[in-house]
Amino acid sequence: MTPSTTLSWQVTLGNVLRRTVVLLFLIALGLYFSSESEQFLTERNLTNIAQQNAHVIIVTIGMTLTMLVGGIDLSVGSVAALGGAVSAGLIVREGLPIEAAVILTLAMGFGIGLTNGALVVFGKLPPFVATLSMMGVARGLTLLYTNGKPISGMGEAYTRWGRDRLSVPVVGDVPLPVIVALAVVLLALLLLTRTRFGLHIYAVGGHQETSRLAGVPVSRVQLLTYGISGMLAALAGMLLAARLYSAQPQMGVGLELDAIASSVLGGVSLFGGVGNVPGAVIGGLLIGVLGNGMNLLRVASYQQQMIQGIVLVVAVTVDMYTKRLERR
Amino acid sequence: MRLCGCVGACTAFFMYKSRMDQTPLLQMQGISKSFPGVQALKDIDLTVYPGEILALVGENGAGKSTLMKILNGVYSADEGAITWQGQPVAIHSPHDAQALGISMIHQELALIPYLDAGKNIYLGREPQGAIPGTVHWRKLYQQAQADLAELDLKLSVRTPVRFFSIAQQQMIEVAKALSIDARLIVMDEPTSSLTDREVDTLFSRMRSLRERGVSIIFISHRLEEVRAICDRVTVLRDGILVGTHPVAEVTTEDIIRMMVGREVGQMYERRDRAATDGVVLEVRNLSRGDRVRDVSFALRRGEILGVAGLVGAGRTELAETIFGAHPATGGEILLEGEPVHIRRPQQAIRSGIGFVPEDRKRQGLFLGMSVAANVVMAILRRLTRPVLIRWPRVEAITRESIERLDIRTPSQAQRVRNLSGGNQQKVVIAKWLTLDPRVLILDEPTRGIDVGAKAEIYRLMHQLAERGVGIIMISSELPEVLGVSDRILVMHEGRLAGEFDARTATQNDLMNAATGTTLNRGMNPA
Repeated sequence: MTPSTTLSWQVTLGNVLRRTVVLLFLIALGLYFSSESEQFLTERNLTNIAQQNAHVIIVTIGMTLTMLVGGIDLSVGSVAALGGAVSAGLIVREGLPIEAAVILTLAMGFGIGLTNGALVVFGKLPPFVATLSMMGVARGLTLLYTNGKPISGMGEAYTRWGRDRLSVPVVGDVPLPVIVALAVVLLALLLLTRTRFGLHIYAVGGHQETSRLAGVPVSRVQLLTYGISGMLAALAGMLLAARLYSAQPQMGVGLELDAIASSVLGGVSLFGGVGNVPGAVIGGLLIGVLGNGMNLLRVASYQQQMIQGIVLVVAVTVDMYTKRLERR
Repeated sequence: MRLCGCVGACTAFFMYKSRMDQTPLLQMQGISKSFPGVQALKDIDLTVYPGEILALVGENGAGKSTLMKILNGVYSADEGAITWQGQPVAIHSPHDAQALGISMIHQELALIPYLDAGKNIYLGREPQGAIPGTVHWRKLYQQAQADLAELDLKLSVRTPVRFFSIAQQQMIEVAKALSIDARLIVMDEPTSSLTDREVDTLFSRMRSLRERGVSIIFISHRLEEVRAICDRVTVLRDGILVGTHPVAEVTTEDIIRMMVGREVGQMYERRDRAATDGVVLEVRNLSRGDRVRDVSFALRRGEILGVAGLVGAGRTELAETIFGAHPATGGEILLEGEPVHIRRPQQAIRSGIGFVPEDRKRQGLFLGMSVAANVVMAILRRLTRPVLIRWPRVEAITRESIERLDIRTPSQAQRVRNLSGGNQQKVVIAKWLTLDPRVLILDEPTRGIDVGAKAEIYRLMHQLAERGVGIIMISSELPEVLGVSDRILVMHEGRLAGEFDARTATQNDLMNAATGTTLNRGMNPA
């Protein structure tokens, strides 16, 4: 046995272990909730969890991409609210057809993301500062555009994307937002594992200077990544508005924290270059299941926040520990 | 190796004569570059012919790296022109350089730690899959495997490179540069952390590249290597071209003289110190997992004890264990005959043990902080009584250190990042001297340091030894170990494999001990 084969074996084991830890956590949590509440493991409840967290998963994917490239996107919650408001406004006030409204809104989200990227790449601002500013600006724009009041009356063609179900063979009825989220997850998975752009995201997040010397178009990679995050945030905002039947100016507050927590739980490094889509999805589901389960057990919302914080600390500590095992 | 290097140099010399008639592959003419406050390069000419290995030498700060960055399109020259195969070219980015057929091995490791070897090698030029924008992973890994095989590397292409040793990473870096179908390869200190075996492999690859007509610019501080492999040598000093000569026509002493601009005495001056009997540090059956196994030795007052061995033999781990950075799993440490319990660096420091680590930038210094802050860092507690930092004392101590070690810095407030490698190392040593240590451990103290500064570091070590400090010096450069130490320990796979008197030992003795009983064991880079 040569040392190199030992090494790759350890790496594989480490990887398996690491992916499994959070998954085991999720399963354990599920088992606990189903033993405490009969409602937890019903088809209806599980569908609910998926439906209510579809937008979180979508935003988490965008967050994961920006974190992989070595940044962060704090503006996603505000951009989601703006996306919901603008799409609703375009339909209700301007009378645009839904397709046009959706495309324009996605383009706007992409543009806001590009702006974030430009502030980071050309303005040399730390991503934290650039996107924190955008968080304020986008929220302000949302309040301005909506006058601080919800916009409703988008019509059935819009709101069905928040609740309607599609009958899928074998699986049963699946809510439309969940299908959208699954599509996003699948595309992100392909992007990161199959494309040159995906590899470049890891490379830039791993070491920017090295990537530049290797001929990776570092600026373009960063710009596009923030653009995608902004676009996904706008998409999530529309799904949220559809589910609520109206675009609320205050929706999506704190969404960025859920997305960061999900990514980190899923093993995405805050320093860039490390992480993957399946992990982030599992992290997002963990957050969703935790919230749902605590609601079923009638845990007060004040305590819920506290418990969420503790779970985050415990899960990440365990994760760090297994990473250290991997290094051994 | 010396003999074969000489033969190589001679034949290379005749080959080079015929090459001179060809059109140069690369001509850099009248290159000047200044940075705010510094004229980094002044009117430099550099010519590379097809199929030659050109050495580019000079002390740190002489402008080698700046010149190569201009060639690679990282910087643009203020003045001067670059001609490639007779055609004037403008190189604005590393991408442009690659497109011309210029590939670089950078001095600082340029690998992305979390990506595997295959991805690192083909980053930025991934083979395209069936759909545009996708990557043909199978092809990528097959090619990468072949690239590693060409260098006799038995490493998994799918293992993240951070799991490999520095030497292995450096070889991956070499594989990366060779895999680009380049006409000219620039190697910036590619051998600084390689073992002799790996250097041999690299050199034989370099020779076969030369035969295929590929040119190489080879930057190294090790002049024996320049003699062994290079055809011509270009010497820079303080941003000025000193000259270009066929290697066969100049001696190593000539090259050193051109580099430093003055006569340098014998590099290694042996000082015959009066042997003292007082043992300052004794280690008995020290172990740390399987990295350090059952090591026992004694260090006398005023002695320089060299520790040789291959990369990965456990030398650094031994030092870290004595210093408490990684606690021992067995055995004991005695200072002046008294058993001491060292589980943390603080305890070692309090016992009077100093440690100058291998990687000074990451482990030895606060690069973003001032010279003064770095110097007093270890005695800060003493300088903050009762609460506030006593700046006048800090200043006085720093001034004294700067004078004593001849640290060349514009001021005490200069950030350490901006000092040359040699002066950075002096700052690390100065920090430990403020503690008046009884034992000082130096791990690769002259790595990446130019000739002049090396001599100063040696002189400093001798001075300390004369004052009774016990010194342990870990080094991979056998001439250095033999030239500086009084006594030499050789490690192999975590154990002591031999002890030698430096006055009588030869490089062969050390090498045999370092490679273990069967010659090939432990030499495999995998």
